[in-house]
Amino acid sequence: MENVFELQNVYKTYKNDGKEFTALKDVSLTIEEGEIFGIIGMSGAGKSTLVRTLNRLEEISSGSVSFYGRNLAELKPKELREVRHSISMIFQGFNLINQRTVIQNVEQSLKIIGTPRAQRREKARQMLEIVGLLDKANQYPARLSGGQKQRVAIARALAADPKVLLCDEATSALDPKITGEILDLLKKINEERKLTIVIITHEMSVVEKICDRVAIIDDGNLAEIGDVKEVFSNPQSKAAKKLVFPANPFDPSGDSRSLVRIVFDGTQSNVPFIANLVEKTGLKVNILSANTKSVGGIGYGQMILELPSSERERRTVIDFFKDGGLAVSEVTINE
Amino acid sequence: MSDYIKDAIITGVWETFVMTFFASLFSYIIGMPLGVLLYSTSRGRLLENRPVNFVLGAIINIARSLPFLILLVLLIPFTRFLVGQSIGTTAAIVPLTIGAIPIVARMVESSLNEVQPGIIEAASSMGASPLYTIIHFIIPEATPSLLQGGAINVATVLGYSAMAGVIGGGGLGAIALQYGYYRYQKDVLWTTVTLLIIMVMLIQEIGIWMSKKHRKT
Repeated sequence: MENVFELQNVYKTYKNDGKEFTALKDVSLTIEEGEIFGIIGMSGAGKSTLVRTLNRLEEISSGSVSFYGRNLAELKPKELREVRHSISMIFQGFNLINQRTVIQNVEQSLKIIGTPRAQRREKARQMLEIVGLLDKANQYPARLSGGQKQRVAIARALAADPKVLLCDEATSALDPKITGEILDLLKKINEERKLTIVIITHEMSVVEKICDRVAIIDDGNLAEIGDVKEVFSNPQSKAAKKLVFPANPFDPSGDSRSLVRIVFDGTQSNVPFIANLVEKTGLKVNILSANTKSVGGIGYGQMILELPSSERERRTVIDFFKDGGLAVSEVTINE
Repeated sequence: MSDYIKDAIITGVWETFVMTFFASLFSYIIGMPLGVLLYSTSRGRLLENRPVNFVLGAIINIARSLPFLILLVLLIPFTRFLVGQSIGTTAAIVPLTIGAIPIVARMVESSLNEVQPGIIEAASSMGASPLYTIIHFIIPEATPSLLQGGAINVATVLGYSAMAGVIGGGGLGAIALQYGYYRYQKDVLWTTVTLLIIMVMLIQEIGIWMSKKHRKT
């Protein structure tokens, strides 16, 4: 598969009032065509800087970033603008022009690439249809909800047929339900248009839900990179463990531990799963760690459970959770 | 009040209106691009250019700190060169325009500064050139604020136009001065002042109304 982005030994140092701050330290990674690539890290870890090096909104201090083999640093301003037509971006704050209607906003990206007026209108309408907002075409952004604004931003970003979509904390300002809808939309677009998507987030659930591969950024370093399932079920780096195991999970004494992580994505929060499990199967689990927060009245979080030691009982428990629609993954703690 | 004075007042209103209108128009034609330049060359902006920004900023600050009455007198030769005379309504438009340019430039700069940086970042990420970003992203987004600033500027020009009366600029200011002040005709003085107040209020209201009409947030 072709590499869309290739980063080699990227450093980024900011100088502010004589003080130096290194936001990215020796980051090397590749992003492949057609994948949904997640970049996760705590706030201030450098992930927003990292994504901005991909379209050169942020100049790097050393190393190289190339897009389909072209070194971005070598591009002249005009060439860079042309390359940016292929690299769209959406933001946490949506960044729509508030004084222009929804459809005028979507048309902007087409106007920039010089699409004639009539085609522009037509294409913008198609894009609004894809994101399900054709009926809001002549409204102003202020009248829309956060989720709708992000949909408009997605329509605007995709109208010029880019090769890549960069998402900078695109769902962080949205509640879990709307986040889910936006992620479903991104997934659909990824599949239908073979669009490469790079997602920056601090939320585990976002990566878990749609990403194929993930890079974990910690204090400007690339702590870990790999397939989402692998990284989440068997995290190697300290940073990854901190993300995967929300609190410090209680370490039970036995060695033959079988741990699973179950994730609530907000839709099943009213169901007392553990109580139901005991009632229906008679099997018991040990809760090692639980992190359930309520956002907009919707429970949202994850749990790490120690399962019974017998293989058969373990299966029963896992199947029980899976049947209930929860995401279950086996995990190991190697501290 | 005699019919003669009534006629003079009506003419005065018209002259004030003409001076304010054209001086505002010309000051925006020159001041708006200057404001855009001030904004876009400042630190961290699209066309960051410290020397240009510094020089332009200094000139504007100096021009702005000159008292308007002094400017009026200083500009007499320039006005004569430009329009062939130094008294009358047409002549007054020249110093009024020049006096208003720095104010307009600063006002425009401050309106543009209110635009969220995220919108500019979005434009850049779409591959928009700096000029395109200014015309199609920044100015539309700043329009309500620009209109509000516009009303303040026009009202300021109106106030200045009364001062132009001192050097024979005509308008309500001249009538207030000549009849009201020098001839102690209090009724003329108060009538002209009242008219000026009404005109300022009208401008302010129209400005606010237009700004509201444009504000979609």
